This record gives sequence, structure tokens and C-alpha cells, in this order.
Amino acid sequence: MAIALLLVVVVVGSVLFHVLSPWWWTPIASNWGYIDDTLVITFWITGFVFSAVVLFMAYCVWRFRHKEGAKAHYEPESKRLETWLTVVTAIGVAAMLAPGLYVWSHFISVPDDATDVEVVAQQWQWSYRLPGADGKLGTSDSRLVSSDNPLGVNPDDPNGRDDVIVEAADLHLPIDKPVKMLLRSIDVLHDFYVPEFRAKMDMVPGSVTYFWFTPTRTGTFEVLCAELCGVGHAFMRGIVMVDTAENYQAWLQQQSTFAELSGPAKVGLADDIRR
Amino acid sequence: MVDVTPRTVAEIPPAEVPDVELYHPHSWWTTYVFSQDAKVIAIQYSGTAVAIGLVALVLSWLMRLQLAFPGTFDFITAEAYYQFVTMHGMIMVVYLLTALFLGGFGNYLIPLMVGARDMVFPYANMLSYWIYLLAVLVLVASFFAPGGPTGAGWTLYPPQAILGGTPGGEQAGIILMLSSLILFIIGFTMGGLNYVVTVLQGRTRGMTLMRLPLTVWGIFTATVMALLAFPALFVASVMMLFDRVLGTSFFMPALVEMGEQLSYGGGSPILFQHLFWFFGHPEVYIVALPAFGIVSDLISTHARKNIFGYRMMVWAIVGIGALSFIVWAHHMYVSGMDPYFGFFFATTTLIIAVPTAIKVYNWILTLWRGDIHLTIPMLFALAFIVTFVNGGLTGLFLGNVVVDVPLSDTMFVVAHFHMVMGVAPILVIFGAIYHWYPKITGRMLNEALGQFHFWVTFVGAYLIFFPMHYIGLVGVPRRYVELGDTAFIPASVHTLNEFITIAALVVGFAQIVFLFNLFWSLRHGREAGGNPWRATTLEWQTPTTPPPHGNWGKHMPVVYRWAYDYSVPGAPQDFIAQNDPWPARPTVPG
Repeated sequence: MAIALLLVVVVVGSVLFHVLSPWWWTPIASNWGYIDDTLVITFWITGFVFSAVVLFMAYCVWRFRHKEGAKAHYEPESKRLETWLTVVTAIGVAAMLAPGLYVWSHFISVPDDATDVEVVAQQWQWSYRLPGADGKLGTSDSRLVSSDNPLGVNPDDPNGRDDVIVEAADLHLPIDKPVKMLLRSIDVLHDFYVPEFRAKMDMVPGSVTYFWFTPTRTGTFEVLCAELCGVGHAFMRGIVMVDTAENYQAWLQQQSTFAELSGPAKVGLADDIRR
Repeated sequence: MVDVTPRTVAEIPPAEVPDVELYHPHSWWTTYVFSQDAKVIAIQYSGTAVAIGLVALVLSWLMRLQLAFPGTFDFITAEAYYQFVTMHGMIMVVYLLTALFLGGFGNYLIPLMVGARDMVFPYANMLSYWIYLLAVLVLVASFFAPGGPTGAGWTLYPPQAILGGTPGGEQAGIILMLSSLILFIIGFTMGGLNYVVTVLQGRTRGMTLMRLPLTVWGIFTATVMALLAFPALFVASVMMLFDRVLGTSFFMPALVEMGEQLSYGGGSPILFQHLFWFFGHPEVYIVALPAFGIVSDLISTHARKNIFGYRMMVWAIVGIGALSFIVWAHHMYVSGMDPYFGFFFATTTLIIAVPTAIKVYNWILTLWRGDIHLTIPMLFALAFIVTFVNGGLTGLFLGNVVVDVPLSDTMFVVAHFHMVMGVAPILVIFGAIYHWYPKITGRMLNEALGQFHFWVTFVGAYLIFFPMHYIGLVGVPRRYVELGDTAFIPASVHTLNEFITIAALVVGFAQIVFLFNLFWSLRHGREAGGNPWRATTLEWQTPTTPPPHGNWGKHMPVVYRWAYDYSVPGAPQDFIAQNDPWPARPTVPG
């Protein structure tokens, strides 16, 4: 009978652990509260199913345990019961899937007023590029990466001249302004991950991936790499600071543009390399 | 009501072809080493799988020690940690679980359960094992190669898998890993074709497909899936080997490594991920379906009740097998693939929950109004349901695309897949070993040691993996050699990590008791007799136990009924064997 008791303990213990444990997600700092809501709905539905199934098992084990002279009931199948259970399950699944897909459609629809922010990953550090006054990022290519042009920005593209380069330093973002994070890697897979923003996405060399969000509270947030990228994976950290509009402008003024960093002579050199 | 259990004997067709003679061994070598007997091959497969599995168990201890007590063990460097992660994962998924379920249980049970004398191609079956052994040896060799084994993670994602920033990337590690996988797939294909053809072609008279025990349905469907899924891994491994050795660019785009331009260009790392998961997701069910089948038979036998909804169970197995080929990209929601894939793959993934749920309902409805004998196999079966339901439900978080975004690549994923495809199938393996050991050896495993093994393993494993989900919920990423000082990770997470490590060590050591029991009971176990569980399926009806080469002695069994006639009203006892013609007299046409 110990096993029936254990099954009850598993259910009660799991529910109590969920309710009492101090381990829960970090306070959110983006607009993706929807994701948290969907997660909570999923917890309710799955928690209910888990408890019901295991408690039912516990009851069966206790009630129908072998007794001298007992005989099992003989019933190979029951179409009605099986159909009924299938329909109820399908409804429960739909109740989780529908909000999930609805939120996903938001997740992949970048608002028109989102500002581009490029993140460039390499083993094992983060760099960033912001569009300059023209609001456009210049093109880039990992073939152009060199010690003078660590992000591989195309020197021939006029849009890139005024791009702000933040190499291996903290990124600042203004609060309440949607941003489209354009993710690029120049070596292996990485993943730009800030737990408080909820959103994350892999960075794939050879292509540009993206996600968008709106920072909703100021503060300092740690960036981690979430896709195994070699022995330095756990140490590939960075900082994102969400600022008020004034503080953000003050920070932005201190940054250097691509043109300032490369200078005319070096641009010519990069030209030669390309030919 | 009972139309699934035809009683008439008229259906038994006459023998269309004469019984064929087997190749009988002539020496000790051909009896025990280069044997063509599926049962011997099964033991060879199982022994090898368990041996390499023990290596993976030790690796998991080393990982847990590092996670709980970072910096304490000098030999666990970042390189070593990622090598442990990689080899643990690959060994457990491929070399232990796949090999044990299909090569081990498949070989032992398929011929006996379908009423065949052996597999249909015994020589290819033997070759299958020896190539598998070679694959394991190549894998083991990578531990001793310069630079050690690969540390690319079991997913082996390029470009990092073949670059210098990853252990074994520029040395022999990754080459040996890919070679070993290629060998494994070649060996598996020989065995797999055998299992499929034997089920389709080698069944005894009267054994229709809808009279097969669910164990056979599970192993059969899993094998068909493996034959279709492993080629994707084969192709991916060959291409990556070319990228690494010949400098081709199947998966390698133009890239800069540590400031140096490499000569690769034009390849796609995402293509590898699609190929890998086209194999990798069906692989989950290649491990799960045999477990589903076996656990159905354990529950039915030990609850003395037919499995509830047999036909639905068969169609659920086949349906899950088919659906599992169109859900693979749910492993890639945040890979940077086309985001519109998310709608399709989230929908297919959640649809697969329906047939899976049906299986769970039917297991617990089999317990309902049963006559439940709480034997060790039954205890493991119950524990399987708990862990499988738990792990299956957290799969609904990760399958539901947008919910996966914050959770992917965190410890939540690690907890989920260990619960659902680590703990759950392994509990079934234990249950199955306690169940069939008497047939294999003629003796029962020791009950007291079995009780100890069960309680420590089940409670311990639950205590390891249930709390681990919450570490992931906090946001702790997976595959981190150490967490360091991270602002959002509270100190209590470290305490929890220590607790989990201690639980893991205890559960690991409990397996020594199990191994001891396996050897001790060989000589000292209680005599089992031919059918100690009073079970219906054919393997328990062999004229001698353990069954000899050829299984059945002079006369092949003839099957009159399905595999689940337990507690039939009016029957003289609470089970009717499949080859028992009750209530008719046996009248077998020529």
C-alpha cells in the first residue's frame, strides 16, 4: 500500500513545491507579459491533469489491489469512454495552443516604429551597432571582418558611415521604445538571452536573425549566451542598460561612429581587400 | 463486447511453407560469441549497452559534482565539462536506450512473442551486433584520443562542432564521434530490417497483426521509424565529416574564427539542424514507443486484466510514430529559422499530445477494476506513468512555440527531457528486466533488493528532475560549466543544485544494488518455472526455460486469441495463453 501513499505524496508534494518554492521567473522588463500569461495558463491546465491522473492511479492501486479470491473485471474496450476522453483532451490542448499561437503572431510581427539595433556575437563577447542619424544600418559581411573593422561593416555603403559601433561594451536602450534586435554572428552559433526580456533568438553565422521587444522598466540586465558556443560559453556575458530618454541620449553622444573609428585611409585599404 | 478476442479455431490457416532448419552452432565460439541466435545477440547487445551506459552514468555524476561544487574539482575544466555533457547525452540516447530497446529487447522478445524460431536473417543479425560493438569501441577510443572526445554537445551543431573553440573540434574527437555514429547506423540497419521483416513475415500461424502483444507493436513501429529517421543523421554525419576533413562547406558559412578568416563559405548551419532533428525527434519516440508497448504488457499482466482499448492503443502507437516525423522543428523555435514555421510545428506538436494522452488513459483504465499485484515490474510501471505524464505535460510548455521562447536552452528543457525520455523509459527497462529475467535465466530476481532498488530509484529520480524545472524557470541556462556571479540567480539556486547532486549520487549508487542482483540471482534466485507471472503471451509458453536455440522444440505454437485474455468470465483460471484453444479442442489443420 506504500505505493498508493507515495503517489498521493508525489501529487501533494509537487503542488506544494510549486506554490511555496522561492524559484520563479525574474521580474519582467519587457512587453512580453503575454508570454508569462500563456505560461501560467499552461501551468494550470497541466497541473490539473497531472494531479487528476496520478490521484486516480493512487485510488485504483489502493481500491483494486490484489485480495485473495478477487478477480479483475473483463472489459476490452469502451468506444463511448474513449471518444469522450479524446474530445476532452483535444479541447484542453486547443485551450493551450490558441493563446500560444495568438501571442506568437505578435512575437513575429515587428511594429513599424521599432528601431534597429544590431547585436554582433563572436567567441566570446558581444558587440553592438546602432543606426546613425539616417536611421539605417549599413550592410555588413563577415568577409570584411578585420582588426580595424571588427564587425565587418561595408565601408562602401554610405548608410554605414554614421553607424554607432559599440565594441565589447555595454548596450544602452531607451525605455518604452520598441526595438528590433538584428542578430548576427561572425563565427559560431550564439543566442542573445536576457531573462528579464523573455525573448531570445539564436544568432547564425551567414544570416541575420531577429526578435523585437519594448523595454518597460529601467535597470541593468545581464546578457547571457544561450546556445553552446565552445569552452567560453558560460563566460560570454554582457550588460544591457535600459535608460530614461535623457540618459540614453547622454550615453549615445559619447559613442563613436564607424567613420570616426576607421578614418579615410583605412576605408581605402578595406576597399583594396575587397577587390 | 469481446469481438477483439476471436475464439474460433477455423481461422488458423494450414502451414503454407515447411518449417526451416536453423544454422545450429558447432562450437563454443558459435554458441556464445559469434552466435546467430537472437536471444544470445540480445544479451550481447544489452550487456554492451549497459556497460557503456555505466560510463554515461559516471559522466553524469561528474557533471553534477561540477554544478553543485564549482571550482572544487581541478580536473573538471570547462573543456572536460563539455566533453562530459556531450558523451553523456550521446551515449544515453543512442548507444544505451536505442540499442537496449531495439537490439536488446527487440532481439529477445520479437521471435518469442510472434512465435518464430529466430529472426529471419540470423547472419545479418549477428553482424548488426558486431558493428554496433565496433561503433561503441570507436566512441570509447575518443576518450583516449589526443584532445579527448568532442565537447560539441550531443546535438553536434556546426560550425562550433568542427572548430578550435570546442574540445575535439580540431582534433580527433569529432571525427571519431561522427565515424562511430555512421557505424552505429549501418549496424542498426541490419538489425532493424530483421526486426521489421520478422514481425511482418515470421509470425506463427494464427498470430494476426491485431493479436500481437503491444510490446511487439511498440518495438516494430519504433524500428520502422528508426529505419526512416537514422538516414537523416547518417547524411548529416557524412557531410559534417567532409566539412571537417576535406574542407567542404555543407554546413559552414563564411566565418571568422578568433580574428582569422576561414576558407569556408556558402554552407548552412540551419540545414544541419533540420537534418539532425528530422532524426532527433523521431528518436525520442524510437525510445518511447518500445517503452509504451512494454509497459502496456507489464500493467496488463500484473493487474490480471486485458489492456483497455487494445485497438486504440495500436492506432495510437502508429499515429504517434507517423506524427513524430512532422514535429521536428519544435526543437528549433529560436534557431533563427523562418518564424512562420512556428505555427505549423506548434500545431503538429500539440496534436501529438492527443494520441499520447489516450495511451495514458488506457493504462490507468486498465488498473481500474483490475486485480493489481504490486510486483516489482508493476511498481516500475506505475512509476513510469507518473514520470511520463509529468515529462509529457512539460512538453506542452516547450511545444507551444511562444511559451518555449523564454524556456528554451534553460535547465527547464534539461529537466523535461530527462523526465520524459530518460527516467520514464529507464523505469520501463527496469520493470521489463524484473519481468523477463525469469524467462532469460530460469530464476527470479531477488524481491527485497528489487524493492530497495525501486524505491530509491523512483523517489530519487523524481527529486532530481522535478525541482530542476524551477531552476530553468528562474532562467538558468543549460550547458553552463558554472553559473558564476549572475545577478538574477539567487543563492538558493546553488543550494538546490547541491541537493540535486546528492540525490543523483544516491540514485546512481542504488544501481549497483541492481547490478549485484542481476549476478547474484543467476545462481541464488528462486526457481521461476516456465510462466511465473501466469502470463498469456507466447514467450511464457515455451516448452523449456530458458528457451533453447529455435525456441519451440518440435512443434511451433499456434495462436488462437489475442494477447490479453486475463480474467475471462467462465475460464478455468485467470489467464488463457495465446496458444490455448479454450473452450474448443485443438484442431490444427496440417
